[in-house]
Amino acid sequence: MPPALIRGLCQLLDNSAKKLVEVKDLKMHFPVYAGLFRRKVGDVKAVDGVSFDVYEGETLGLVGESGCGKSTCGRAVLRLYDITNGSVKINDIEIGETPQSELRPMRPEMQMVFQDPQASLNPRMTVQAIIQEPLDEHTTLTKAEKAQKVGELMDAVGLNRAFAKRYPQAFSGGQRQRIGIARALALNPKFIVCDEPIAALDVSIQAQVVNLLEDLQEQLGLTYLFISHDLSMVRHIADRVAVMYLGKVVELAPREALYATPKHPYTQALLSAVPEPDPTKVTGADRVVLTGDVPSPSNPPKGCNFCTRCPAVMDICKQIEPTYQELEPGHFVACHLFETTGEQGGS
Amino acid sequence: MPDGATPVTGPVLDVSGLKTVFNTRGGEVHAVNDVSFDLTAGELLGVVGESGSGKSVTMMSLIGLLPMPPAEIRAGRVSFDGLDLLNTDVETLRAIRGGKIGFVFQDPMTSLNPTFTVGFQLAEPLRKHMGMNKRQARVRARELLELVGIPDADQRLDDFPHQFSGGMRQRVMIAIALACDPQVLIADEPTTALDVTIQAQILELMKELRTKLGMGVIWITHDLGVIAGIADRVLVMYGGQVVEQAPVRELFENPQHPYTRALLETIPSVSGEREERLTVIEGQPPILGAAPTACPFLDRCDVATDRCARENPTRVEVASGHDAACFNPGAVPIAG
Repeated sequence: MPPALIRGLCQLLDNSAKKLVEVKDLKMHFPVYAGLFRRKVGDVKAVDGVSFDVYEGETLGLVGESGCGKSTCGRAVLRLYDITNGSVKINDIEIGETPQSELRPMRPEMQMVFQDPQASLNPRMTVQAIIQEPLDEHTTLTKAEKAQKVGELMDAVGLNRAFAKRYPQAFSGGQRQRIGIARALALNPKFIVCDEPIAALDVSIQAQVVNLLEDLQEQLGLTYLFISHDLSMVRHIADRVAVMYLGKVVELAPREALYATPKHPYTQALLSAVPEPDPTKVTGADRVVLTGDVPSPSNPPKGCNFCTRCPAVMDICKQIEPTYQELEPGHFVACHLFETTGEQGGS
Repeated sequence: MPDGATPVTGPVLDVSGLKTVFNTRGGEVHAVNDVSFDLTAGELLGVVGESGSGKSVTMMSLIGLLPMPPAEIRAGRVSFDGLDLLNTDVETLRAIRGGKIGFVFQDPMTSLNPTFTVGFQLAEPLRKHMGMNKRQARVRARELLELVGIPDADQRLDDFPHQFSGGMRQRVMIAIALACDPQVLIADEPTTALDVTIQAQILELMKELRTKLGMGVIWITHDLGVIAGIADRVLVMYGGQVVEQAPVRELFENPQHPYTRALLETIPSVSGEREERLTVIEGQPPILGAAPTACPFLDRCDVATDRCARENPTRVEVASGHDAACFNPGAVPIAG
């Protein structure tokens, strides 16, 4: 797709599409206690100032390596945690500070599909009971209506209705993930956070689940926050992609722009580290192999979080944190290489 | 083939007709069914397959790592170093494991002992297999850590596994496997538990070491991208059988078995054309309850014929060094 078209599309998105989810400067710190008196000695800064919007009907991919805070971010957006700081608006309603009891009536709007379909389904409940549970909690439907609804949901996710009385262990991994998706859909949500929904599945089953998610999005007009470490799958499903590193979003761009012309050195390294399923393409010449490991989120480096591994590191990176700015319409980067305002003089 | 490889007349490892069955309460599970392959010195053989395809069980059977019972090796021959490993006494096998055949497992945290220092665990095979004393073993252990690219090797020897990161732990595992200069290294999903940027480091390291040390490597993975980047030759396993075997380029350019073809179409990529919709292999992998009487891929195959339901195809050569277990190799489904 040519860049002009992307820009056009972005503007179109900006003007017409509504922001369903607005996240501003979201912080989620977990305190660390140590010593004889269990005094607080520091914070694990799992999510440290993240801002993004999710437009209605789109899929925002959130990628990063393990420990970068992407799952915590997804959970914090749904307020499964009491967040440290920041603002989360869903459908123009601020939920960042809302107490859990008041959040409860809003839960039907926002649902979650979890990573491990084995652990997120109660082994002592039948599939019927699992899918019906949200209906029991949030609706006043009669028993027959609920059974009817469960049947419809099972059809929608491609499970045989006849298996409603079986227990989760009777199903394969892919089918279990379908149960989890049916449960998330039960209350007609608008916004679903998919936390690594395919990571635990085999390759041939992953495609089935991804296609299902896409079909459901089309039929029901769903909005997804799709969290994954699988960059090739995110390229397939997401409209826009945010890349996280050590608690911060380092780059956010429309899909094509991100994969074709990644700006941030971390995005470039991440993309080049993905093994290509094509032996003729493996030249190794243009491959960026990062050295070292991700620093601990309880003690992030001074300046830019990526400065310890960055192949293009400069002096300023070790001193000052780069600002997160819009480079092109819809393409956000936090890197000193692209800083245009302020700070060039050095301080 | 890398320059470091020693010229050999035959394969270092030759497996033929391996059959492994588990006797469980729910009946037999035919996990490995008539698997044959060989490995040449200096070669990197990639083994791909989904979970339950029998790739790990194959490797564990051939060096006697499976608990018996419930496992039972029904048939087969594994020639290594002039021995048939399936008919070797426990002591000899023990000397081979960790000695001439090295192992790297998937999860570097659970395969290292958390209560011993890394230096101790590295020295253990050196003292057991090579008869080194403590001092010699420590010197060699330090060399090994340097070989796999761990900085400050001398100090890190006294650290415990939890003081290492995931990628570093996997490097330690590789160092342990390499300790006794193995002729064959079996790596079972060695990078699956690691992040992509760390995986890239380990893959580069492995390519370099193989050339340097000239050993044969069996690399088990479910990731075709990894295979494309590292392997010389590939075995594709499905339902406990080898369904296709080919040099890596040949396999990706000219896949013959419908399963391999479907697998290659299923995976999206970070470059090239983006598919509007992913190709799906419908259905589920087979349950290996009995010795197969039909092709294991029958239910999910789009070019299956009557014959596929009546007999289980054996591997036939379709090109030089390329074979597939299919009655209709290369067949394309009729459109519409």
